[in-house]
Amino acid sequence: MVKNNSAGTHITNTSITDTSSIGIVAAQTAYFNEPLQLKSGEILPQFHLAYETYGTLNVDKSNAVMICHALSGNHHVAGRYAETDKNAGWWDNLVGPNKPLDTNKFFVIGLNNLGGCHGSSGPSSINPTTNKPFGADFPIVTVEDWVVSQTRLLDYLGIKTLAAIIGGSLGGMQALQWSIAYPERVKHALVIASAPNLTAQNIAFNEVARQAIMTDPEFYAGDYYAHHTVPKRGLRIARMLGHITYLSDDAMGEKFGRKLKDTLKYGFDVEFEMESYLRYQGDKFAGEFDANTYLRMTRALDYYDPALEYDGDLSAALKNVKAQFLVVSFTSDWRFSPARSREIVKALLDNELTVSYAEVTAAHGHDAFLMRDTHYHAILRAYLQNIEV
Amino acid sequence: MANTIQNNVNTTNFNLKYRQDFAIIAGWIGFGSKVLDLGCGDGTLLQFLRSSLETKGYGVEKDDANWLACIQNGTNVIQMDLEAGLSGFEDQSFDTVILSQTLQAMHNTEEIVQEMLRVGHEIIVTFPNFGYWRNRMQITNGSMPVSKTLPYQWYDTPNVHLCTINDFDQFCKDHKITVIERKVITEGQEINFMPNLLGNLAMYRLKKG
Repeated sequence: MVKNNSAGTHITNTSITDTSSIGIVAAQTAYFNEPLQLKSGEILPQFHLAYETYGTLNVDKSNAVMICHALSGNHHVAGRYAETDKNAGWWDNLVGPNKPLDTNKFFVIGLNNLGGCHGSSGPSSINPTTNKPFGADFPIVTVEDWVVSQTRLLDYLGIKTLAAIIGGSLGGMQALQWSIAYPERVKHALVIASAPNLTAQNIAFNEVARQAIMTDPEFYAGDYYAHHTVPKRGLRIARMLGHITYLSDDAMGEKFGRKLKDTLKYGFDVEFEMESYLRYQGDKFAGEFDANTYLRMTRALDYYDPALEYDGDLSAALKNVKAQFLVVSFTSDWRFSPARSREIVKALLDNELTVSYAEVTAAHGHDAFLMRDTHYHAILRAYLQNIEV
Repeated sequence: MANTIQNNVNTTNFNLKYRQDFAIIAGWIGFGSKVLDLGCGDGTLLQFLRSSLETKGYGVEKDDANWLACIQNGTNVIQMDLEAGLSGFEDQSFDTVILSQTLQAMHNTEEIVQEMLRVGHEIIVTFPNFGYWRNRMQITNGSMPVSKTLPYQWYDTPNVHLCTINDFDQFCKDHKITVIERKVITEGQEINFMPNLLGNLAMYRLKKG
């Protein structure tokens, strides 16, 4: 039983005694002292990345799979930190022994992206030169920068080539970027519920989310840490907006409809279940996520556009790609619609690359990529089973 | 609806052990060719072509179960509805585009053939010949034909555009399509005498102009 509640986190009720669970896991941190040149022109003199691994790296080091997270995800992909943990990792339904991404076969790496707020260098981490949180000083990072930083992690782990790079949504953009920037280092790319760039509508949603955060009086131009406060109201609204777009109208209707919380009160407190859900999700997120990270993640989404330097020709942008692809979209996903995935597929076909494309009939909108749907998981299982390691 | 059923045609219309039509298709395709198989079912034909001719290419399939079967046997497969055309494929980007046993279930019959000619240097179209004498017999006896090749009742058939060999010859003439080769088979035997009466499955190798 999986209750999905966002594009980055979900609650599973699977027990720790579940034999398909990876069990107890621990996060690790890798430190990098070589400067990282960012796309913006800025240089990050040093950084660290939080990561987790599941399964065992084989002797040939040929069975590594990296999972790239989406907007609000992190390195805790599967398993639990303690038996008492209520929640497992955000993609626990996919990753584990005998699960579609089988940790008996693969060595799986999850990491927290640069600029994140779960243990990797980011706006809320301490700037070694000032001994204070970076805050607004933390540079803008892009999908391209993330992929470069991810290669550093791969080098650190002594792995040359990935059997597969996997990501949904913003994670799918990273998987695509891996295949473009490091064609020799990735054998398979699984790009799920993603797009080759954001539409104007998507950028618009991101801008509203950012405005909600930046106009919160507690934001203090990004340096709220010094004021011992958090722009919770802004972050909460940003997350509520996000949730609306991750679900389909049908899924929302089915889940909440016009159900009332209680009898009508004729006021502005929660009247409908829908409102209750949004407020709960908003509050929860605002209590645990960093606003500066949210700003940067949405910006990374906005900026990514590999076709830009090729006059909008995505096929030209993919001319050096060698990886084999599985592209998956979901019929009710209007934020990263099937049409956007088909653009990626077309560019791959134009380059005569090995690609399969599935358009999964699902009612849950963009969130569907995190859910345990029988056919969707059968697709991933079948594809991953055929990967030779 | 029609499409979901249509994609089963490949596997249900034929005894998988005996595929004379595969051998004929293979004879029309060059070694190492780039092939697109529309309505590829579980990918059996593409598998056969890969193993016999080292072809490369893709299948197009709408049905979830067939799509999954393709992935399981290592066939590249694109899930899409053929009725929407082939806009994801560039002009003349394949050596051969195949539409096997699917034409009769297409709503946009003219469009798909034109799209195939746009995308492929050559195309192969196969369909059950409605003019086959057993079909005619059943109609003469007052019933819609039901057979191994047309295994549906009138009320559940996905077949909306059944035609005879004569009809398709005329279609090619009217649409300025060149018939490079035509073969007609019945129970695995090639039929050269009165094919529109004695032939069960019609197979065409075609090109533009």
